[in-house]
Amino acid sequence: MSYEDIPVAEASPALESERLLQQQLESAFSELSGKVTIQRVRRVWVEVTMDQLHPVLTHAKDQLGFGMLCTITGTDEGTHLGLMYHLASDGGVVLTLVTTAPKDGPGPQTVTQYFPHADLYEREVIDLLGVRIQGVADGNRYPLPDGWPEGQYPLRKDWTQEMLEVGKEVEP
Amino acid sequence: MTDRDVIKVPLGPQHPALKEPGNFILSMKGELVTEMGVRLGYNHRGIEKACEQRSYLNDLYLLERICGICSHSHSTAYVQAVEEIAGIQVPPRGLYLRTLVAELERVHSHLLWLGVAGHEIGFDTLLMYSWRDREVVMDLLAALTGNRVNYGFNTIGGVRRDITDEQKLEVLKATDTLEERTKYYAELAGHETTLIKRLKDVGRLSKEDVLRLGVTGPTARASGVSRDVRKDDPYAVYADLDFEVITSDHCDVYGRTLVRVGELMQTYKMIRQLLTQLPDGAIAAKAPRKIPKGQAISRYEAPRGEDFHFVRGNGTDKPERVKVRAPTLVNMQAVSTMMKGGYLADMPITLAAIDPCFSCTDRMIELRDESDTACGEYSWPALRQLGISHHRALGIDFTELSKKLASRRDRV
Repeated sequence: MSYEDIPVAEASPALESERLLQQQLESAFSELSGKVTIQRVRRVWVEVTMDQLHPVLTHAKDQLGFGMLCTITGTDEGTHLGLMYHLASDGGVVLTLVTTAPKDGPGPQTVTQYFPHADLYEREVIDLLGVRIQGVADGNRYPLPDGWPEGQYPLRKDWTQEMLEVGKEVEP
Repeated sequence: MTDRDVIKVPLGPQHPALKEPGNFILSMKGELVTEMGVRLGYNHRGIEKACEQRSYLNDLYLLERICGICSHSHSTAYVQAVEEIAGIQVPPRGLYLRTLVAELERVHSHLLWLGVAGHEIGFDTLLMYSWRDREVVMDLLAALTGNRVNYGFNTIGGVRRDITDEQKLEVLKATDTLEERTKYYAELAGHETTLIKRLKDVGRLSKEDVLRLGVTGPTARASGVSRDVRKDDPYAVYADLDFEVITSDHCDVYGRTLVRVGELMQTYKMIRQLLTQLPDGAIAAKAPRKIPKGQAISRYEAPRGEDFHFVRGNGTDKPERVKVRAPTLVNMQAVSTMMKGGYLADMPITLAAIDPCFSCTDRMIELRDESDTACGEYSWPALRQLGISHHRALGIDFTELSKKLASRRDRV
């Protein structure tokens, strides 16, 4: 499943504000041209690279009114990992920034300086999918227990429950 | 004061306020909290992974069991996403009935909260009263859906049970009773000195902090932020209903009480509208077993705040990915801010005031070595020792304090 599978809504007057958002994003970042998809009313998706994530995220937050980060969804895309940053505006529009991260290399920088509550969202994709988010502050892991074996990421597609039997570790 | 004066007090993971697990480490200077650390995850059950291994219909029942209080919230958020991917048009009557159960669930949740809040501040009469009244709505839910919680009311494409004319009358009659009782609570919240003095200025959260921390639900609205998915991103039939978003500028636990009581009054208004406007027709559309490729985001205003679901289909009968973000995950992170400068004794009510639901938040994986007999039962002293050494490893050590107390006792 790839980003291209998101159905594109047909042009209609009801989608005026979504079109405006698309124009605003494309004029602020020329490289986003053709990367913004309007799925339906109040649902807009934009594909960004790991490097574009921070500039687009801060622009959406500070200039376009997307003051709330609903959550970060992580996915296993086979060769790499997918990350979706779901931003919401007071008008009810959800702007999702879709990016990718390698399975074994460094992932994007933390976004906790803009959204402090992203801390647990980031720890969750670190624990469950093994995304190596950079710059995460020291602290407790979430949501897996302390004795969880290293290198096992339960939401990766190749992970099965039987894998736990081998690398068994039990809390003291 | 030096660092020696800061004492770390662990609260939880067993039942910090409600009968659910969460761990809080409070740094205390005397009676005042200077900092608070939160540890969650005790209730993580791997539900998202389990969803990928089950069919869409099985997942509906699994997701409904994320939480016993807002079960309809999770199941609705999920079916909405699946229906969007599959392009299923739910018949209007189905949507109205779905919304009716949603609002009845809000009544049950808010009355439950009112009782818990009463209990946390030593006002157990309020607990007895509001939980007695809550039974009225529990009976309604049981009559309409067949169950008090985990209703099994939703299905992909609509709902599973229709409502009869007699049931409609019953709901209207019960709504009148509940409204009368809620008016009494509203009056109580406005005049009862014990309640006001105990809740005012406790657990303060400014409007700026709400916006900075992305807080949702009644907790946000009690700090003057008019944020409600039912208005902002309307789903089901909320766009057809006439209701107000209740806010308060108190920014404290008192404000959170007023908002919830106010919301109950709006909910009764909505229940009446839903029943008088209820269209005729089918209650569900036929849904395919296999859901096409695609993805959808569904937002839902649960009694505790925004419930966020993401579903991705891959053309089979099992979803590729299901992601759940419950309101407590975000609101919990604001409790640290609320507690700063507060008293230790205010911790239970401050925590209870966000109406937390740890099960929703953590969605437990237990690691157990069956061959290891050491994993069996703990004796009471061994369990105590385990607790002491666990907390010592976290920097919480009462050795010095115990010695001091022991020497004082000896002198006496």
